[in-house]
Amino acid sequence: MARLEDIPEGEREMLKALALPSFDTAPFVKGKPLSQRRVSLLSTAALQKRTDKLFYRGEAGYRVIPGSTAPNDIIMAHGSVNFDRSGFQQDLNVCFPLERLHELVKEGFIGSVADFHYTVQGGLPPERNEGAARQIAGLMKREGVDTVLLVPI
Amino acid sequence: MGQPNDAEFQKRVLRACLGLLEAESGPVLEDYLEDIPAGSAEYDFTGMSCPIDLHPVPSNDSELTNSLVQEIGQIAPWYELAVDQRKRTTVGISELDILDAARFLIDFIEDPSSPSPRPEMDVGPMLKHTCEDLKAFYSEAMSAQPGMSSSLAVENWLWNETVLGKVLWNFREEHVDDPDAYIGYLARRGLIPDRQIQSKGAPVF
Repeated sequence: MARLEDIPEGEREMLKALALPSFDTAPFVKGKPLSQRRVSLLSTAALQKRTDKLFYRGEAGYRVIPGSTAPNDIIMAHGSVNFDRSGFQQDLNVCFPLERLHELVKEGFIGSVADFHYTVQGGLPPERNEGAARQIAGLMKREGVDTVLLVPI
Repeated sequence: MGQPNDAEFQKRVLRACLGLLEAESGPVLEDYLEDIPAGSAEYDFTGMSCPIDLHPVPSNDSELTNSLVQEIGQIAPWYELAVDQRKRTTVGISELDILDAARFLIDFIEDPSSPSPRPEMDVGPMLKHTCEDLKAFYSEAMSAQPGMSSSLAVENWLWNETVLGKVLWNFREEHVDDPDAYIGYLARRGLIPDRQIQSKGAPVF
């Protein structure tokens, strides 16, 4: 588990100073059993296919990663230098656990893995991602996705 | 998501995470208490040296720039080993061959009016992608070596023991106030991790 005390001082103080959002409601919907769910990944690590247009600094758009994309065709364009990329370099599953999800399907733990997955560039004020989030949600619905695994960086 | 190349650890994290969806009521917020096994995230690497026989870090910039290409050549076999083992690389965002990336960085340091090697991309973003490729090349290479599985060990080595590290430190010092907004930001915030800057007692902007 990542702990605040393990984070470099500068990042830690920045995180501690962030305002906590408040919400008017706390919606909770109990969905299907996990074994019947279709799961898609949403990463904030600015991952993209090598052939995609590169994320630029401050961009609030999104990229699509088809499930058939070879791991070697996925690169990271996130602008921040303050998170450790070594895990990603050694094993894509650290931040984009597509292989692990397929293994969980074989185990019967989840129902299926979506054909398409999505990435955005974290580190922006979240409201700037709303447009991308709505588009991604619409695309996921069309594919029958009922569970999103958000992997923040 | 756990640690690299430990599928079972990663699946335990995923099962715990997805399992939250079966709660009867919520929202649910729970800690995941399993830590990465001790020994793989040690922090004290003081005095650690690179097992590769690198040229000593030269004392003036002219030698420094010339040494970068040589250093890359010495690291390259480890990089190739890493790619062979992992069947992938994260290098390539600049779309430059790694030696061309190094030469562009050197060209810019020696003459900031040097053009971007990709006409469709401005010099600032090109420098950013070039530096990210060089750092990834070094990191992938070194993490393939035995005993270098700790990310902090690799990071400390890169920023304190290599010619590339010295080149990038110099880049930062010389371009912090660059009139080009992108390059100035790159020097201040987009090149060197804050913890490395703080460890040297340099200002974090």
